[in-house]
Amino acid sequence: MAFAAFGSAPAPNQGTSRKSGKFVLALLLPGLVYLGLFFLTPLISLIMTSLEAPDSSGAIGAYVYAFNIQNYADVVANYLPQILRSFLYAFVATVLALLISYPLAYFIGVRMRRYPLIQRLMVTLVIAPFFISFLLRTIAWKQILSEGAPIMQWVHQMGWLSSSQYFIGTPAAVVFGLTYNFIPFMTLPLYTTLERFDLRLLEAGADLYASPAKIFRKITLPISMPGVISGTLLTFIPIAGDYVNASRDFLGSSKTSMIGNMVEADFLQNQDYPSAASLSVLLMAVILILVSVYVKKAGTEDLL
Amino acid sequence: MSLQDARGADLELVGIRKEFPGFTAVEELDLKIPAGQFFALLGPSGCGKTTTLRMIAGLDQPTRGQIFLGGKDITETKSHDRHINTVFQSYALFPHMTVLENVAFGLRQRKVAEPLKLAAEALNLVELEHLAARRPQQLSGGQQQRVALARALVNRPSLLLLDEPLGALDLKLRRQMQIELKAIQMEVGLTFLHVTHDQEEAMDMADVVAVMNKGRIEQMGAPEKLYDRPKTAFVAKFLGQSNLFIGDVVEQNAASVSINVSGHKLTVPRARAEKHEGTIAIGVRPEKATFHEDGQPAASSDLNIVGPGEIIDIRFTGVSNQYLIDIPNLGEVTVFAQNIGKSPVTELGAKVWVSWKVEHAFGLADLPANGAK
Repeated sequence: MAFAAFGSAPAPNQGTSRKSGKFVLALLLPGLVYLGLFFLTPLISLIMTSLEAPDSSGAIGAYVYAFNIQNYADVVANYLPQILRSFLYAFVATVLALLISYPLAYFIGVRMRRYPLIQRLMVTLVIAPFFISFLLRTIAWKQILSEGAPIMQWVHQMGWLSSSQYFIGTPAAVVFGLTYNFIPFMTLPLYTTLERFDLRLLEAGADLYASPAKIFRKITLPISMPGVISGTLLTFIPIAGDYVNASRDFLGSSKTSMIGNMVEADFLQNQDYPSAASLSVLLMAVILILVSVYVKKAGTEDLL
Repeated sequence: MSLQDARGADLELVGIRKEFPGFTAVEELDLKIPAGQFFALLGPSGCGKTTTLRMIAGLDQPTRGQIFLGGKDITETKSHDRHINTVFQSYALFPHMTVLENVAFGLRQRKVAEPLKLAAEALNLVELEHLAARRPQQLSGGQQQRVALARALVNRPSLLLLDEPLGALDLKLRRQMQIELKAIQMEVGLTFLHVTHDQEEAMDMADVVAVMNKGRIEQMGAPEKLYDRPKTAFVAKFLGQSNLFIGDVVEQNAASVSINVSGHKLTVPRARAEKHEGTIAIGVRPEKATFHEDGQPAASSDLNIVGPGEIIDIRFTGVSNQYLIDIPNLGEVTVFAQNIGKSPVTELGAKVWVSWKVEHAFGLADLPANGAK
């Protein structure tokens, strides 16, 4: 599906003989075992945990399996603001990342085609932040945007924020951090589709009376849709579950907590494993539903 | 309105020059194409013909000069505001649209009423209405080419540009498309400007052919005129084949000009020679020349005779045999003889004389770059 935008390799030939069928199975085996051990088992364990009820002894952190569906109703009731906030932040950050990444990817993938060396250098620069830990980079931003740092002094001087207002801890700071951290995941798939985009189609569009704006809307954008879809999925999904940026140790405050922060708190501090687990399962389910509706709406099967 | 209501417009290029960093693609171009004409711009790759077409389409801006369409200066007009459409060499069909939507694209941009109905009509013209719902990549090369043609034609442009659109097709399909293209042009009456490096295609389809070389038009005219009387060595060799001979003028009068080529006197009618003195080149088409196995033919004032020479190569091409004859001190001469029942000579090494009528010779304005052939 949408992720196919990453690879341009043609589909391998259908295996013909029995022998090659067995060989393919042998090649798949390590992957299947890995998935079974490290994906399927934890997933089942997580779902089981989400249905647990407190043990009769009443000791903190002691639970037994009870098929307790009520857990789900409870987490929705308790954490509705965090749930809605997570998807709102994820949506805003994804849109911002798209708005920033599209022109960037277009510039690198189309305008820089004549200069392959510069093009490769720019792609490297897009990936460069990955060489430093995600946590370190976010901490660095916290320093840069903290009160007393030159940038914030300047912001206060310009009167954009009153002297009693902080930037760190606000939803804007969290969305900024989320956008920043996930921009490469948006830029790279966009770049791979735009890099292969046939520029002669632009000339054909101009020849057929389309203005530059129309050419973008009717030709460039629809053809780069696979990249847009992969990019938005690769940013939206991890952002919705992110707990670093919104944490009060980084760019957020208690007023910005997202689902991830609640899961972390329930698991590690409150030892309320069933709540944490049902919140995780809920997050997964909502993302799955949103993504399948989105992919269907965007009509990827038409494009790929 | 239907396609048939379309009217082409005159195209005029005045003093067009196009420089790119490091080279000049078009030196100096003046051209006038009357409305409704099928005009071919013929030349080898790199001669500037595609650049010329791109400037007319508005995809490149000329360094100097003006472009007029129907008497209106369109030099500064943006590509999407020019009533010109192009059939691209690569077709450049939109992969994310159906064939029908591809054809309707230009109509939609111009907000023409009932774009899909007109698009279907255009597909009908190129006999592809049954494939309207397909994607371009599901079609064969020839079908894609026809979609590209329909997509351009449907807009009833004042001028239709064809950028080697038949280049990617195999020979049989190409011939078929040439016939169809010519028929469509006659039917819709648009002005066609066809850019190609295929001289047969140009001669076959166009009313007027302009032969372009190194950023200039070498010669322009009806295909028969160009073939019968090329004025430069480039045209003589690019448009068909030619035997060329270089020599000093030894005799000239009101009727003819004669040169001496290592002892052979070759004559050309004065009216068919561009230059009348000094060192000049005289040529003849291979099919106009004949050879004689049984001794030197009797000299005559209306016959050019060279020889004796030896047949060094015979090539059978179906309708004709091509003979390569090496004449000492003169070089190689090519003679085509039609295969009508019996071939005059069937073996290599035969000793022959070659002759052609003076009236078939032509004199060039310049000299071929490399020797007599």
